[in-house]
Parts: sequence; C-alpha cells; structure tokens
Amino acid sequence: MSLWVNVFRPRSVAEALEILTSAPQPLAILAGGSDLLLDLEQGRHPPVQTLLDVTAIPDLQTIEARDEALFLGAACPIAKAISHPLIQYHAQALVEAGSLIAGPQVCNVATFGGNVAHALPAADGTIALLALDAQAEVLSPRGRRQTALQSLFLGPGRSALEKDELLVGFYLPLRGENEASAFRRVMRPQGVALPILNMAVWLRRAGERIAALRLAVGPAGPTPQRPLQTEAVLSGQRWTSTILEQGLRTLLEEVRFRSSPYRASATYRYHLLRELFYETLTTAWERAGQPADV
Amino acid sequence: MRMDLEFTVNGERRTLQVSPQEMLASVLRYRLGLTGTKIGCEELECGACTVLVDGEAVLSCQYPAWRAHGKEMLTIEGLAAQDAEGNWQLHPLQQAFIEEGAVQCGFCIPGQIMTAYALLRHNPSPDRDEVRRALKDTLCRCGGYPSIERAVLRAAEEVRQGKHSVPFTLRRSAQDVLRTEATTRWVGQEIVRPDALEKVTGKAIYTDDLQFPGMLYGAVRRAGVPHAILRAVDVSRARALPGVYAVLTAADVPGENNHGLVVYDWPVLVGVGERVRYVGDAIALVAAETQEIAQEAAALIEVQLEALPPLTEPRAALASDAPQLHPGGNLLKHIKVRKGDVEQGFAEAEIVLERTFYTPIYEHAFIEPECSIAVPQPDGRMEIYVGSQIPYADRAQVARALGWPQERVRIVGQTMGGGFGGKEDIAGQIHAALLAKATGRPVKVLFDRHESLLVHPKRHATEIRVKMGARRDGRLVAVQTELYGDTGAYASLGEKVMTRATTHSAGPYDIPHVKADCYAVYTNNPPAGAFRGFGVTQSAFAIESMMDILAHELGIDPLEIRRRNALRVGSVTSTGQVLRESVGLLECLERVEAEMARLAAERCGLRREQLFAPHADPQAPHLIHAWGIAAAYKNTGLGGGAPDKAAAEVELFADGTGEVRTSSAELGQGLVSVLQLIVAEELGLPPERVRVLVMDTARTPDGGPTTASRQTYVTGNAARLAARTLRQAVASYLAERYDRPPQEVRFIEGLAQVDGQTLPLGQVVAEMRQQGIEPRALYEYWAPTTRPLGEPGDMHFAFSFAVQAAEVEVNTRTGEVRVLQVISANDVGRAINPLTLRGQIEGGVVMGIGTALTETFIVENGYVLTDRLARYRIPSIVHTPEIVPIIVEHPTAEGPYGAKGVGEIVSIPTAPAITNAIYNAVGVRFDRLPVDQEVIALQGRRDGEGETVDRGL
Repeated sequence: MSLWVNVFRPRSVAEALEILTSAPQPLAILAGGSDLLLDLEQGRHPPVQTLLDVTAIPDLQTIEARDEALFLGAACPIAKAISHPLIQYHAQALVEAGSLIAGPQVCNVATFGGNVAHALPAADGTIALLALDAQAEVLSPRGRRQTALQSLFLGPGRSALEKDELLVGFYLPLRGENEASAFRRVMRPQGVALPILNMAVWLRRAGERIAALRLAVGPAGPTPQRPLQTEAVLSGQRWTSTILEQGLRTLLEEVRFRSSPYRASATYRYHLLRELFYETLTTAWERAGQPADV
Repeated sequence: MRMDLEFTVNGERRTLQVSPQEMLASVLRYRLGLTGTKIGCEELECGACTVLVDGEAVLSCQYPAWRAHGKEMLTIEGLAAQDAEGNWQLHPLQQAFIEEGAVQCGFCIPGQIMTAYALLRHNPSPDRDEVRRALKDTLCRCGGYPSIERAVLRAAEEVRQGKHSVPFTLRRSAQDVLRTEATTRWVGQEIVRPDALEKVTGKAIYTDDLQFPGMLYGAVRRAGVPHAILRAVDVSRARALPGVYAVLTAADVPGENNHGLVVYDWPVLVGVGERVRYVGDAIALVAAETQEIAQEAAALIEVQLEALPPLTEPRAALASDAPQLHPGGNLLKHIKVRKGDVEQGFAEAEIVLERTFYTPIYEHAFIEPECSIAVPQPDGRMEIYVGSQIPYADRAQVARALGWPQERVRIVGQTMGGGFGGKEDIAGQIHAALLAKATGRPVKVLFDRHESLLVHPKRHATEIRVKMGARRDGRLVAVQTELYGDTGAYASLGEKVMTRATTHSAGPYDIPHVKADCYAVYTNNPPAGAFRGFGVTQSAFAIESMMDILAHELGIDPLEIRRRNALRVGSVTSTGQVLRESVGLLECLERVEAEMARLAAERCGLRREQLFAPHADPQAPHLIHAWGIAAAYKNTGLGGGAPDKAAAEVELFADGTGEVRTSSAELGQGLVSVLQLIVAEELGLPPERVRVLVMDTARTPDGGPTTASRQTYVTGNAARLAARTLRQAVASYLAERYDRPPQEVRFIEGLAQVDGQTLPLGQVVAEMRQQGIEPRALYEYWAPTTRPLGEPGDMHFAFSFAVQAAEVEVNTRTGEVRVLQVISANDVGRAINPLTLRGQIEGGVVMGIGTALTETFIVENGYVLTDRLARYRIPSIVHTPEIVPIIVEHPTAEGPYGAKGVGEIVSIPTAPAITNAIYNAVGVRFDRLPVDQEVIALQGRRDGEGETVDRGL
C-alpha cells in the first residue's frame, strides 16, 4: 500500500523524458516535494507507481540570462532563486513573494516550478510570475514549446501539463529602464497558510506616466488571470489619484472574490484589494522612478 | 525497490540501503541511532527535524533519504564533542542556549540550533530581524523565543571572534533584572537547569528515541465519526496481513474497559453495541512488524457504524430531547459559587453592565507527539515508557485495564517534549500495554501529529455571560456569571477545570456579592480537559474585558479601577476565603504601571494620564499603537478539599553527591531545577552535585499529578523536608561521633563542619553506611487542608497573582494586529530559579499571544477541521514581542522559601491585555477569541475611514 513504489532521479532532461514515458504509471514529477509529498501522505493525491525526481537535472537548476530573457530553472530551490543577483534585479516581485512563502528550511527545497505545476491559482510564486509575464518552457518527446504561464492552469490543483511533458523553467523579460515590480500579501494569523489576498504589479514608467503595466491578484478565480481591463485603463495614463481611483474601480469590477469560511469574506477581500492595489502600485512606481542600480 | 545510499553523516561515511519511501529523519533516527533529530509534525510546519544537507538547513522528516546520496549531513550530534576525560566541547550556539535559559522541554532545541547554525554559516553577523526570519518556522511551544533570540545573537558574536568550540560551563550569574534578595545560598540564583546540556547536544532521550529488541509497532483504528453505535467489527483481513502480530477489540480487554482521571467514562476500546462519542474513539488495535504494516492493517479493519446526529454544542446537549451520551446524562456538573446576595448588590449598583463572551477550543500542540512503549518483563510485570504528567495515575489506569494489581505495572517516565496539561490523560499507554501483553513483545504506540490533534483532550470552549454592578467610583458591588463549558465526549478533568473557571470568574477582586453558575456539558466534540490556565484563561478573558468596559463607561483609568477592587491581604474571595497573606496583586499593578510609564515616556513622550491613549505611527498613520492591561489570579494546588500531597526521597552517596527522587513530572517547566536547588540549599551541596530522578513508579515515590501549578509548592516542600530530615540525620550522626550538639554541625559547599573539623560530606556518608545507617530520607508532604466549594474556609492554600500590559500595533487598513511589547509582573511568592522562571514568564506570554491572535481549534459538526498543524497555528518567533518580566515576591508562609505556583498564572492575563489594547487603539471590542482582523478592517471602514482616505498621492 505504498504511496509510491519506484523512484527515478535522472541527471539529464533527455533521461527524464525517457522515464516519463517508459516508467510504470501513474507517475508524478517531484521537485522540492513540499506540496506533493504531503499531498500523497495526507491523501490529497492518489498513490503513484513512480516518482520522477527532477532535482538532479542541471538544466532545471539554472538561472541565467538567455535569449534576451532571464531563465529560471523549474526545480531551482526558492532560496537559491531569490538570493540570485539576476533574479533580485529583474524580478523584484518574485523575490518578495519567495521570501514570504516559508522559512529557510522549506525554501531550500521548494521550487517555483513546483508551485506552478501544482496549479494552485493563488500561490505567491505564481501571482508574482504572472505579473512578470513569465513564459513557461515545456519539453516532451514531441518537442519543446513555450507558453504563457496562465495556459498551464486548468483549475484549482489541475495543471494543463500533459503526462509526457516536463516543465523545464520560466523565461522572464529582462527588466528595462524605468521598469519595476512589487508583491504584497495579507495573511491571517490563524489556520490555513494560504493568503487571504496577494497581489503583484509590474510597470514601466515614463516620467509621470504609466507607460505599461501588468497586474495579478489571487485568489480571484479557479485559474490565475490578469485583470486586462484594469491594465488597459491604467496603461499610458498619467499617475494621478483620479486615474488610480478609476483603475481600482475597474479592478473591483473585474475580479470575482468568494467568501471562504475561516479565511476571509469576499467583502474583506474587496476591502483589502484597495489596500494592496495602492501599496503594490506605489511601491513599483517608486522603484521604477529610481535609477537602475546595475 | 531498494536504493543505495552512501553519504556522510557528521563527518563519517555511511552506506546503507533505503526504500523509496524512507525519509532522512527516519534513517537518521531509527537506523543510525541519531535520535537528536526530532520529529514533531511530518508536515513541514514545526522545524524540529532540521538538519544540514551540504550546509543548507532542510526538514529531514520530508526529505527523501535517497536525495541525501553523495551529500554531507550535519546533525545536532555533530556539533559537540567529548574529550577523553568526558568534558564537553560545545558549539557556541549550544553554550549560549544553555546560559540564556533557552532550553525548556528541549524537544525543539536541536532544530532551533541547527537552523541557527545554518544562518550563521551564511551570515555571521545577523541582526535581530535576520535571526527572526531564519527561525520563523522553527516552533517552540514553551515559547522560549526571546531567550533563543538572545542566544543566537550572542553565539554569533563568538563565532565572529573565531570561536567554533567552547568548553561547557555551568555559568552562575548574579545577574541583573531578576535577581532576588539573597537570603539563601542557591535558591533565588540564576542557575543552569540540570538537563540543559543533554538537551542541547541531542543526548536527551524522549520516548520515541528508545528502541527495544523485537519491538513491534502499534496502530489504532479510530471511529472517524463523532456519534454512532458500533454495530460490527471484522478484523479478519487485518489479521491475515503478513507482519501483523495481534489485532485486538474491546472483547480482548482483560480488565475494566473504561478509564479516566476522575470519572471512568472513557472506553479503552468501544465495543460492539456501544456508543462512539467522538471522532477519536478507539475501536481496534494492531501490533505489527513495522509502523506501515500496522497502519495498513488498521485500515483493513471493517467497521460498521450506525451514525447518529452529533451533539455539538452544550446548550443543545442540555435540551430535554437530546440523546444521552453517558448514563448520568449530558450534564457533567452544575457548579455554583455564592457570596452575599447579588440581587441586593445590583440594586445598590449605580451602573450595571452585561455582556457575553466566547472562547473556542484550544490545542496544546506540544511539539513532541504522544508516545508510549510497553515492554513485558520476564517476571510477568509490564513496563511502560512514556512522557506523562501523572505517572502514578497512568499506572493505576493501565493496571485496571489489564486486570492486574498496580504493582505489576511500572511507569518509566521519559524526558517530555511539552505537556501543558495535555499529557495528563491516557493516550497510548493502555493500548501499548494490551498489545504487549497479547504479543509478549515490546510495542510502541506513537501518535503522528494528525492523531495527536484528533485524540487528546483540549481546552474547553466556553460561553461566559457576565453581569457586573458597580458604584460610580468604580467599586464593584456585584458580579454574576453564567458559564457553559463544552467538556466534549469524556469527563477527563472537565469538572475540575470548569470549577476553576467558575470560582475565578469574578476576577482577582474583592466583591461583596457574587453568584456564578457553570454547566459543564458532554457533547460529541473531542474531550476537553486540563490546559495551562485550567479554565481561568477563559474566565479571565471575560472578566478582564468587562473591567475595561466598566472603566471606559465610568471614565476611570484601567489601572485605577483594578486597584480599587484588587484582592489584598484581608480580602474575601468569591468562594468566601479570607486571604491572610501573600497577595501581591497591588504590587503587580504598581510595577506594571511604573514600567509602562517609563517605556511610554522613553518612546513617545506620553504622560501618565495618556498611558492608554492611542497614538499613530508618525511614519505610517494607519498603524495605531496602544496599551492594554489585564490582571489575574490562579490557585496553587488542587484545592477544593482534595488531599494534596507529594512524596520525595533524598539520598546522599559516598562520592559526595546527592539524589532527589519523586514521580512528579518534568515537562519542560523546570521542576528538576527547582528540586535540585532546594536540595542543594538544604544539604549545603553545590547544585551540580545533586541529581534529580523523576517520573518512575518503581524508583520514585508519588509526587502526585503535575497540574494546578502545584509542583514547586507541594513536591518542592516534600524535597525540602526530605532533605532537611536527612540533614538532621547526618547532623545527629556527627554530633554523636564528635560529642557536640547537633545544631553546631554546619553544611557548606559539600562539606560538613563540626568541632573545628571540616569533613567532605561523602566521607561522612561512607562512614554512616559502614555503620548501617542509610543516608536517605523519604518525606510525604501534605499541603494545608482545603475546603470543598460551598463550604466556608480556604478553598485553596495559596494563590499567585499577575498583571500584564500589552502594547499592540493595529493596521487600520488591513486589520492586522501585532503585539509589540508585553510587561508581565507575577507574584510567585519566591523565585527559586529566576533563569527558568524567566523562561516560564516569556513562554506564558507567547502562549497567551497564541490564545489571543493565532489559535483556534475548529470542530464542525463533530469533525475536526484543524487536524493538521498547518491549520492550527501556534505563535512563532515572528509573533514574539519584547517581553519585560517582573518578579514580585510576596512569600507564602508554608511554601518552600515562600514560593507558590507559576506555571499557569504567567499565561492567563495575556489575551485580555491584548484585546483591551486593541480596543484602546481602534475602539473595536472583541467578545470572542481569537481576534478576527477582518472585523477590525471592516469596522474601520464602517466608521468612514478607508473610502476616501488621502494617500498623499
């Protein structure tokens, strides 16, 4: 009655793909394991025949500037990722999210790739990656594909990754002149660790104008989505309290919050959205106004 | 599938084969014997299992062993070494943890030290915030965070100076804040507790660290439904599973099938045709070759249950048509307190207020889950290894279930990883014994965190209505309370707990007219029993909230209104007890006020009249700060007419050492230190020459239950008087031998002085033994007689008093609350060891912060929602404020050196001090715990804030 029977720990992507298709099914891909192992042990994930441990594959551990983007390996531990100078410069929101996820022991094994593959719509890492416009790189015997992060989500805990697919990593746009990001969340001190509300912002500033902006808010639906109408309202506009108020009104219309017992009522989430909206936007705005420090 | 694992552990290469399911913690603990690494939750929440893998801290309980292949492990055992003479060389962190008093129950300590060690590897100069970030998910339920933080910062400095190894020393400081009047040699000194060294090196043995040849593993099939009639049990598939040695049901219980501490109402195993009363009820037991097989077999047991609608609320359970859960009905007890005539009092009152308060169920969440190992002996006896707060009660209950005389059972208490009242009842002791008897082999019954959360008794959820009448000047004239306590499926200590809640429900005040009625009621929720505070935590929240409401209504300062009503010498309590001595409440109020005034003046220039006024953070106006206070009292000892006695035995040895023996429990609180210092004091021995042996029913006399803050007083007195008796015996021997009067014999620093000669005590002892005189004394101490509730006289022989002030920061935008500072003044009679007392004070505050802000044990329709530690949040170092401990000493004449209880009082006022502070900050009054930040945020909005706030854009 083992929860898993076989374990494979390939050293290369090619080997991993081979195991994905040839090893006894059902199979689960294991990165840090901080979600998957507990899900298996606590009965939230059905037992599997095979665990494919992808943490020994160098490609999945890599952090580097690659093809005009920043590549973050899917199985790179959060602690390593958020202390990396490239991530710290190009992905401030991800660093802020990662440093809130857990204590150092968990961050030394848990990964952003696992966060995304686990497909919880409001995971801190996911919300940050979404605002940063992360593209996921996926490999399978059929080849390599790049896809928008959102497209990997089907529903709470349901990933769009196919059985023969391996999430290799993420490409994040390099941070340009006058661009910055920010992340903030509100928790409850009791009970479940999931945030009541989290929010990430990326924006490009042109003087006193918001040249471009991306937002992500969780948990605002079964899959993570960017509030595109709000982004449209704010993009290209001058930074004034009127336009921010208008953006907030649009956002309040655009997101759909639910009441979750013991965690937060929808009313409270709408209330907090206002707070996080101003806080994250202001932080990103101020950061974007500062001269680049690299 | 077997996998090769070749790795380095503490510098040594190890090769073994592991299964794909094995986790690193299991390999280290059970296969390599490195039991310093602890397992507390197996869900990545507690941090107890932290080890270093290639220099990085990881949680070994969920770190697959195969991943360690080719890597270097460092565990707590790898940090220290003993030289050829046996002297310890410690890492500076270990020595700093010892000296700062950061070690209490010790179960989390290896994890704390390893996490801190990893921090210092990366960052040898951490500041306070960096220490807190690093340790934020390494939990300590004793709440030793302030001391842990101090220890890490101090060790960091030594590491920066290049020290990586320091000799173990017993520092004795005559240090600062807590230093008390020195009329004694050892009592009152800050002394390192005797078990600190073994706890920082991973050498301390907790029950699950033990292994016995041929040991089997037990598992319990639990009902999983809150209310049902058991119709059938089929164990055939479980029995047929290879590796299973025994499967037992109620029919196999040879003795009495019911256990309990006061009422025998809790079935060892629910029998066919009998009632299931909560989700944790046990139906069948399995013993098997491995834990996994035992669990698989337990799952294969087929159980037919006829489900019944659960009773989930005391009032519903008292309805006339409610099903009766126990033969005596659902009302466990109606408890009454009567003093004066409340109707007359309310008629005389110039203001009458009435409110109702609610407190939820709380969970002890000791980091060490329950573990019992039963070991059959060749002579037919049974030994039970267990961490228990009441070893002799365990013995009685195990013997009763086995149908044996008590002497055939021996409880061998092990180091305990916290108890807080949650290890008073039977957990796995009887089940392990039944399985060991059936198989003839040792059997371990170890709860995982999930089972621990489901099974053991919790703190009573309460509903408390308070009606309060006062004069305009704030003098209370009448208080009437009505309490409902949910005692859950079984009585446990429910009647006693709710009695304490009731007698203390009018607070530590002298009130002419008091009437209190309490209904302790059975339901189908998990049983409720003892939990630090013993009911007073709940009633203090209600009455201390009311005191502030009254103060606010009358425009009187919260300190002043308490001062006007405070119990003092000569006052009469709600139960009619005249307090003749040792009432330090007024001094607690004064000391707290002085400290508040000092801090307020220093920090923000507040004047005395503004101590409770809210003030906004100038940098962030949405952050509002304010202070709040609460007072409390708590009995020492069982009281209420219960005979309260303890026995201790003290012996001297020819090597110049002494030993004190009693069955009383060390659960982290520091009893071993108290007993050591008392015996050292009486015999004139240096403390390190006094060994303390506790919790063994074969080798230690009965010290009674470790509950009711009674051990320092009751067992402390037993040890003191045993030591004194022994000292007199030695003095008599020497007096006779040297022909001097006994009062001329002196005992100093391990030496006896008589007739101008100085003799090593060991030498005297050796001589006495040669002459057939046993240098040993047993003393059975009987605490002063108390009277039952309702009869005139003393219901308790002593009370401790406390006042706490909490400063909170409320974020009016999000509703988030932080506790910034707590001043905690406690009248403990006399501080025996201020170092361990400080740990108790700090830990009590931290636990109280959990009560106020983070904790709530949620049961829905009889099913436990908070069945994982991830869902039951206990405070971490990030919740920990600055804590200013203040010791107030109003000695009680009969207490040892004047000491009275401390274990509970330090935790009781915290929650109402915090909720009163929140009210003072933002005007939101909480009538239920824990604080719901959503209410604060939305209330602020209703008040018109938030919608149009100018954000300075």
